[in-house]
Amino acid sequence: MAEPAIQIPNEQTERKKKENVRSPEWAAFKKNKLGMAALWVLIAITLIAIAAPLIAPYDPYAQNVANRMQGPSAAHWLGTDSYGRDTLSRIIYGSRTSLLVGVVSVALSGIIGFAAGIIAGYKGGKIDDVIMRVLESIQSIPLLLLGLMVLVAAGSNLVTLILVITVGLLPSCARIARGTTIDIKEKEFVKAAISMGSSTTRILFHHILPNIMSSLLVISALHMTSAIMVEASLSFLGIGVQPPTPTWGNMIQDGFKYVTLNPTLAVYPGIALIIVSVSFNLVGDALRDALDPHLSRKR
Amino acid sequence: MFKYIIRRLLVAIPTLFLTITLIFFGLRVLPGDPAAAMLGDNATESAVEALREKMGLNEPLWKQYVDYLGSLLQGDLGYSFISNASVSSQLFSVFPDTLKLTLAGIFFGCLIGMPLGIFSALRQNTKTDGFLRFISMIGVSIPPFLLGIYMILIFSLKLNLFPSNGTGQGFIDELHHLFLPALTIGLILSATIMRYTRSSMLDEINQDYIRTARAKGIPERIVVYKHVLRNTLIPVITIIGVQMTGLLSGAVITEAIFSRPGLGSLALGAITTRDFPVLQGALILFSVAVVAVNLLVDISYSIINPKIRAK
Repeated sequence: MAEPAIQIPNEQTERKKKENVRSPEWAAFKKNKLGMAALWVLIAITLIAIAAPLIAPYDPYAQNVANRMQGPSAAHWLGTDSYGRDTLSRIIYGSRTSLLVGVVSVALSGIIGFAAGIIAGYKGGKIDDVIMRVLESIQSIPLLLLGLMVLVAAGSNLVTLILVITVGLLPSCARIARGTTIDIKEKEFVKAAISMGSSTTRILFHHILPNIMSSLLVISALHMTSAIMVEASLSFLGIGVQPPTPTWGNMIQDGFKYVTLNPTLAVYPGIALIIVSVSFNLVGDALRDALDPHLSRKR
Repeated sequence: MFKYIIRRLLVAIPTLFLTITLIFFGLRVLPGDPAAAMLGDNATESAVEALREKMGLNEPLWKQYVDYLGSLLQGDLGYSFISNASVSSQLFSVFPDTLKLTLAGIFFGCLIGMPLGIFSALRQNTKTDGFLRFISMIGVSIPPFLLGIYMILIFSLKLNLFPSNGTGQGFIDELHHLFLPALTIGLILSATIMRYTRSSMLDEINQDYIRTARAKGIPERIVVYKHVLRNTLIPVITIIGVQMTGLLSGAVITEAIFSRPGLGSLALGAITTRDFPVLQGALILFSVAVVAVNLLVDISYSIINPKIRAK
């Protein structure tokens, strides 16, 4: 017997087909020109950071005192600093520190903070109270001062710096995860799953997590900006990443010392910093618009 | 209403207590000996030991903690390791400077942010709107220290319009010195205020009662200024409370860049000299300010929106 020619499409295969063609979220994101431009800028900067040794015209540590404090020239596009080091090469290498600190601290704070927030939101009651009170008290200390306190006491190094920023970002990760979890928890399909006897793990991973993923992605993009800005601020104050390792923050600090002699020393790394943080914010905003139309007008 | 305020106060107390505990143990558990740091590299072992004894650092940690909490309840924040002056008097002598800077920053933030936000919302989805939103995006992405440096570069070094450091003497001179640092904080705050004003205004403008007002034939100007604006600004003002931690961090680093006295400069100085009591006092004052402002924000929300009280 031949199979019936007409297949009755069911909802699931229909949805899958659409997703296979192109996810609607990605289509919405692509429509946002600023967001796309920012995404390309970030991809380019990531590639530059990875390929820094191939791209940088000079060794960022090579000193040449005879050539110190030069303005832009054909040999040194952005000039040289107080030790005669090439500014462009140092900015290129500096992107490594910024991105490394950003990615690692956002990932760590995301994993811990989102988990804490989901548990707090899903379980509620005492656990919720304890988790949120602890995070609130962390949040009431300005991140910059928390960083200052810890880095001065424990000594400045990259690991401590990343951990401090991680701790500082935890509260808002947890708050977002908690809020969205509480919203989803009340939805019928979760209640149905609970009543059908699904295990807590299954509900958390199969029902809640996929539905709050978009909010978490958005906050992660916005947190990249915060992390990079705090790293730069702490390095600027001289207690973040230590010289001679080039970071935008300590380059700006160095430039600020010689601000009357050669103001561009503080300006160029600052511009690099602004480009990266604006880009992450633009991508975050575009993601929010694409993933969560309800939220798009807030903020 | 009264019940709600009491409940919120009761929740704020454990938060504050936890914060103080975190700060206390955070400063002590971390490596670094304040006595050794104070006396410098050439100090003898016995001198360091004597100083530790005098500073009470040899007591068991829990006893130091209980003593500290006890004196804190009496408003005593201890004495500076360096100058021996009482911490509370030191904090209060510089507090007005930070307060002035923060208030002036909030003033500039509202002065610039609110009108631009309203303007942007009234021209929603035009080129002007897009441009203003992009500018505000740069504003929220630029760290205060960098903006401060750029301000000094442009207004102090290039144009020679405003001084780059100190506080000045006499009212006019003080304002002259306050202008640039306050504008630095204000510009950054204005970006956030602008974004919130815009979205709050757009929320409001699409409400039914606005449509009713228009349908009744009320002139657009009066609809905007009398009906929309009033309801727009309430949530925007509370945003300033939410931004408090950011504002205070901004004030700390702005004080450092413009070499102004204040809580931030005091805390930064205490960090380099490892003056624990002063640092501790400054951090506690900062977090008390944050908790207090958030409390005020919550309470004012509940006055505006009775739904929140029921939760």
